[in-house]
Amino acid sequence: MKILVCVTSVPDTITKITLTDNNTKLNKAGVQFITGPYDDYALSRAVELKEQLGGTVTVLNVGESDADPVIRKCLAIGADDAIRVNAEPTDAYFVAEQIAAIAKENSYDLILMGRESIDYNGGQVHGIVGEMLGLPSISPVMKLAIDGSTAKITREIEGGHEELEAGLPLVLGCQEPIAEWKIPNMRGIMSARTKPLKVVEPTGKDTLTHIANYELPPARGACKMIPASEAETLIKLLRTEAKVI
Amino acid sequence: MSVLIFAELDEGALKKSSLEAIYYGSKVAALTGTSATAIVLGEGKADELAKAGRFGATKVLHASDAQLNEGNAMAYASVVAEAANQEGADVIVLAKSSLADSMAARLAGKLKAGLAANVIELPDVSSGFRVKRSIFTGKAFAFTELTAEKKILAIKKNTITPEETEATATVEAFKPALNDTDFAVKVTNVEKASGDILLPEADLVVSAGRGLKGPENWGIVEDLAKALHAATACSKPVSDLDWRPHHEHVGQTGIKISPNLYMACGISGAIQHLAGVNSSKVIVVINKDPEAPFFKSADYGIVGDVFEVLPRLTKAVQEL
Repeated sequence: MKILVCVTSVPDTITKITLTDNNTKLNKAGVQFITGPYDDYALSRAVELKEQLGGTVTVLNVGESDADPVIRKCLAIGADDAIRVNAEPTDAYFVAEQIAAIAKENSYDLILMGRESIDYNGGQVHGIVGEMLGLPSISPVMKLAIDGSTAKITREIEGGHEELEAGLPLVLGCQEPIAEWKIPNMRGIMSARTKPLKVVEPTGKDTLTHIANYELPPARGACKMIPASEAETLIKLLRTEAKVI
Repeated sequence: MSVLIFAELDEGALKKSSLEAIYYGSKVAALTGTSATAIVLGEGKADELAKAGRFGATKVLHASDAQLNEGNAMAYASVVAEAANQEGADVIVLAKSSLADSMAARLAGKLKAGLAANVIELPDVSSGFRVKRSIFTGKAFAFTELTAEKKILAIKKNTITPEETEATATVEAFKPALNDTDFAVKVTNVEKASGDILLPEADLVVSAGRGLKGPENWGIVEDLAKALHAATACSKPVSDLDWRPHHEHVGQTGIKISPNLYMACGISGAIQHLAGVNSSKVIVVINKDPEAPFFKSADYGIVGDVFEVLPRLTKAVQEL
């Protein structure tokens, strides 16, 4: 089983977003970058599958050198090697082009990634990669089991889930509870230092979108407090004042 | 040049979110001086197709092949791409859903289209084509220029308030070429809560957290939701503990919602939870801890015990 796991380096989920340069840039000062939480699920499942079935796990990131700590952590969790495409991940199409180019050079049985990156929430890279490679893509995947050359998949839908079967190779966008997050141990951290991290230059430069500027949401007005002893008043206010019921 | 709207059926009826997408698409068409065509896949009732006209489509393409009854992202993307080419559509509009999201991603690859997800306003077409979209799960917005010839807009719920008119649309049968490779993924089983209001489509949501102390206490949440005709939701810890199914988990790594009303019961309001719900129009927080951070992001608050407050609210709703 040869698995490629695509990971993003994104601001920690607890980050309070602030802007800089006249609202044209996100302020990175003091922001802790982490592996995308959904990508972490994909990586954890990939490492579990490798432990079960044998094979290799390669981590791929499209990003600049500031993503290296995140990539090293993926290696510490159990990936065998890593590739970084040395470019700013400007938009989904550009990132998908990079992933597809790497995938064409190597034949992977599975290409896993998070259902979406938690920064721009596009959720489109897996679909575009699938299209570029002529492979099925499925997202969001909650469970993944491999039976020979067939994948058995549970995908979340509104109000429930569906069970799917498809032959390998496949491109999958993953989410919980596909695996328990793995935490790197000391041995993993030590070995990650010497595992290969290949840096390659990007191919193509197609971007189809461009962010001109950013805005932060307006603060909500003061919270109107209702004493618990008059809880019924809330329902009246929701009808007559807020007009939502 | 025209606007094509992907209108999604659920059990033969157009989804509410799709009616919003059709109305939004008709406004984009008006802004760009063109017309709005809706495409509907699978067997749909005639009165449902007519509904697309009442919400702003001037034409409906209906691909009624039974093979398309089951939502299949890959086949749907091929059909929508063929329709976009036939109609010369350069803007494709859809409402976010588990099917539409997957379909849109494939479509972006097929058409080499710029895709903006979580769009929350009509585009600014005064120079170029610029949309406002929610990023960081609602913690910020990005004004994004779509520079490709083809553009896909995936709109968030409550982006626009649709208005129904007496207008009619011409309905045309659409017979796309179906490709076997698009049916390579087999659906072996579907489990879906029936009769419930689907969370991403719901106007009103009653949500609860660890403050409920255990899954056996969810009756009071469900009673209030039922009285309000609301969907139920929960926080991440509750879904992690298996008190509630994963498809009810709202937050940064769960479902992102933007209903008219979000009522959070016994949820403290961690930043990751707020991220998934902060675009709700009105937020109510009920928590016994007056220091719960959620009160700072709420419109209405009650400091009190959910076990006492919720049944009283349910009774008050029933007496309306």
